[in-house]
Amino acid sequence: MESLYAITTGILAACGLFLTLRGRSFPVVVGLTLLSYAVNLFLFSMGGLTSNGAVILDGNGSYADPLPQALVLTAIVIGFAMTAFAVILAMRARGDMGNDHVDGRQMDESREERR
Amino acid sequence: MLDHLIVLPVVLPLISGILLLISRHGSTFAKRLLGVGSTVLLLLVAIALLGQAAGGEVAYYALGDWQPPFGIVMVLDRLSALMILLTAVLALGCVVFASAGDDEQGSNFHGLFQLQLMGINGAFLTGDLFNLFVFFEVLLLASYALLMHGGGKARIQAGLHYVVLNLAGSALFLIAVGVLYGATGTLNMTHMSVRLAELESERAGLVSAGALLLLVVFGLKAAILPLYFWLPRAYASAPAPVAALFAIMTKVGIYAILRVYSLIFGDQAGPLMALEQPWVWWLALGTLAVSAVGVLAARDLRLLVAYLVLVSVGTLLAGIGMGTPEATSALLFYLIHTTLVTGGLFLLAELIGLQRGKAGTRLVKGRPLRNGGLLAILFLVGAAAVAGLPPLSGGIGKAFLMVAATPAQQPWLWPLLLIAGLCSLVALSRAGSTLFWRSHEGEPSDLPLGRRQLFGVTWLLGASPLLVLLAGPVSDYTQATAEQLSSPAPQIRALLPDHAAHANGGDA
Repeated sequence: MESLYAITTGILAACGLFLTLRGRSFPVVVGLTLLSYAVNLFLFSMGGLTSNGAVILDGNGSYADPLPQALVLTAIVIGFAMTAFAVILAMRARGDMGNDHVDGRQMDESREERR
Repeated sequence: MLDHLIVLPVVLPLISGILLLISRHGSTFAKRLLGVGSTVLLLLVAIALLGQAAGGEVAYYALGDWQPPFGIVMVLDRLSALMILLTAVLALGCVVFASAGDDEQGSNFHGLFQLQLMGINGAFLTGDLFNLFVFFEVLLLASYALLMHGGGKARIQAGLHYVVLNLAGSALFLIAVGVLYGATGTLNMTHMSVRLAELESERAGLVSAGALLLLVVFGLKAAILPLYFWLPRAYASAPAPVAALFAIMTKVGIYAILRVYSLIFGDQAGPLMALEQPWVWWLALGTLAVSAVGVLAARDLRLLVAYLVLVSVGTLLAGIGMGTPEATSALLFYLIHTTLVTGGLFLLAELIGLQRGKAGTRLVKGRPLRNGGLLAILFLVGAAAVAGLPPLSGGIGKAFLMVAATPAQQPWLWPLLLIAGLCSLVALSRAGSTLFWRSHEGEPSDLPLGRRQLFGVTWLLGASPLLVLLAGPVSDYTQATAEQLSSPAPQIRALLPDHAAHANGGDA
C-alpha cells in the first residue's frame, strides 16, 4: 500500500509541476490544483499509514493519527479558496489583457498556428 | 483581561475587518473612522504588549485553554512584541495615507487592510508551525486583493505572478510542515525543539530536508536572491499605501527564518544546529550584490524603492547568516529602521508622482512640483536614511552590523554593504535631481498635498531621526531580544514545564 500511495502522490505532483510551468493561465491553474491534491495526499500520510485502525482512541489497539486529518481538512479548505481566487484572477487577466498568457504577451501565436 | 491581551492583535483586526466587510457601499467616513480607530487601538495594544514582554518573561496564550503541546498557542516574547509594534506603527501611517482617497479607488480597502494586519500579527505571535502556515495564507489572501486594489493592467499582471508563485510556495510549506511532523510527531515549535534533541539519527536527514524546504518558503516571502523576481514589479505596481504596508511582508519572511532556526534548530538540536546559516549567508550577499545593480538600473522612483527593499532584505539576511547574538541585535535595529523608512518612501513617491501629473514617478523631465521644497526635504531625509548616511538611523544600523561581523566575515560583508550603500546613494541623488531640479518650464499642477497624506509620510520618515534620538534604549531592547533568541531554554521552561523538569532530571 505504501508504494502505491507514494507513486500516486509522486505522479500527481509531477503532473502538477509540469502544468504549473506552462505559459497559459488555464493549465497553470489546473497544475496548481493537482499540486495541492498531491500535497494533501502527502500530508495525509504523514501520521503513518494504518489500515483498520480505530478512528477514535478506545483504549486498546491501534488508532489513526487524527492530527494529519485535521491538517488536511484545513489545507483543503484553504486550497479551494485559493483555486477559486486564481480562476477569477486568470479570467480577469484574460479580459484585461486580451489573451491568457501569464505574461500578458501575445507570444508564439503564429508558431502555434503553424503546428 | 490582561491574560487575553496577547490574542488581541489577532482578534481586534479580525472583528473590525468583518465589520468593515459587512457593507460594501457604506459611508466612506464611517469606514475610515473604523479602520483608523482600529489601527490606533492596535498601536495601544502593541505598546502594552511591548511593556509586558520587555521584562524578559515568555508568556503564552492557549486558545480554548488546551495546554501546550496539544493546543494552539500564541507566544509573546521580546521579538514578537517588537514586530507587532512595528506593524502597528507602519499600518497607522498607511491607513491614514489611504484615507486621503486611495481607499475609494476600489471596494473594501479598509476591510482587507485589517484582515492583512490580522494575518501579519498572527504570524508574529503563533507558536505553532501549522498555524504559521494558516496565518501566512490569511495575510497572502488579503495581500492578493490589496495588490490589485483599483485594478489596471500592470497590477493584474504583477498580481497573477505573485499569486501563482505564492500558491506554489504554500504547497512547499505544507510539504515541509508534513515532513517535520512526520519526523518529530509535533507541530508546536517549542515542543519540536525538545523533540529534536532526542531525535533518532536516521531521521536527521528527513528533518534537515524539511528544514531547508522551509527556508525556501521563507526565502520566497523574504525575497532572497533566486526567489526575489516577483518583488520589484509587484511592489512598484501596487497602490502606494499597500506597497508601504508590504514593506513589512518581506520582514515576515525574515522573522520566520529568525524564529524557526533560532528556536527549533537552536543550540539543543545537536548536529542539526544552525543548518541554514551557510545558505543564508551566501545568498544574502548575492542578494545585496544583485539588488545594488537593480537600484542603479531602475528608471522609475517606485521601482527604485522596491529595489531598496531588496537591498535591505540582503542586509538583514546577512545579519542572520552571521549567526551571533550581536549580529541579531544589529539586524533587529536595522529592521525597525528599514521597514518604516522604505514604507515612508513608497508613500512619498506617490505624492511626488501625483504632483508631476503625466510623468508620474518615472525618472524623466516633468512639470515642476507645486510643493517642491517640502517634498524635496522629505525626500532628502528618506534618501539619506535609506542609503545609510551617518546622522540618520540607517547609518547607525549599518555600523552596528559591520561591528558585529567576525574577522572572517568582514572582508565579504564590509565592501558589499558599503558598495550597495553607495549605489543607493548614486541612484537616489540622480533620481532626486531629476525629480526636483530638471523640470520643464511650465505651470505646476494645482493638486494640493492632502493633510492626511503628509501625516502618513512624516509619521514614517520621522521615525528615522526619532530612532537616532532613542538609539540607546532601542539597541538595549534589541540586545535583550537577541539574547532571548539565542537560548531557547527559558521558552521551553515557560511552555512545557513538564519536559523541562524531565530533561533536568535526566541530566542529574
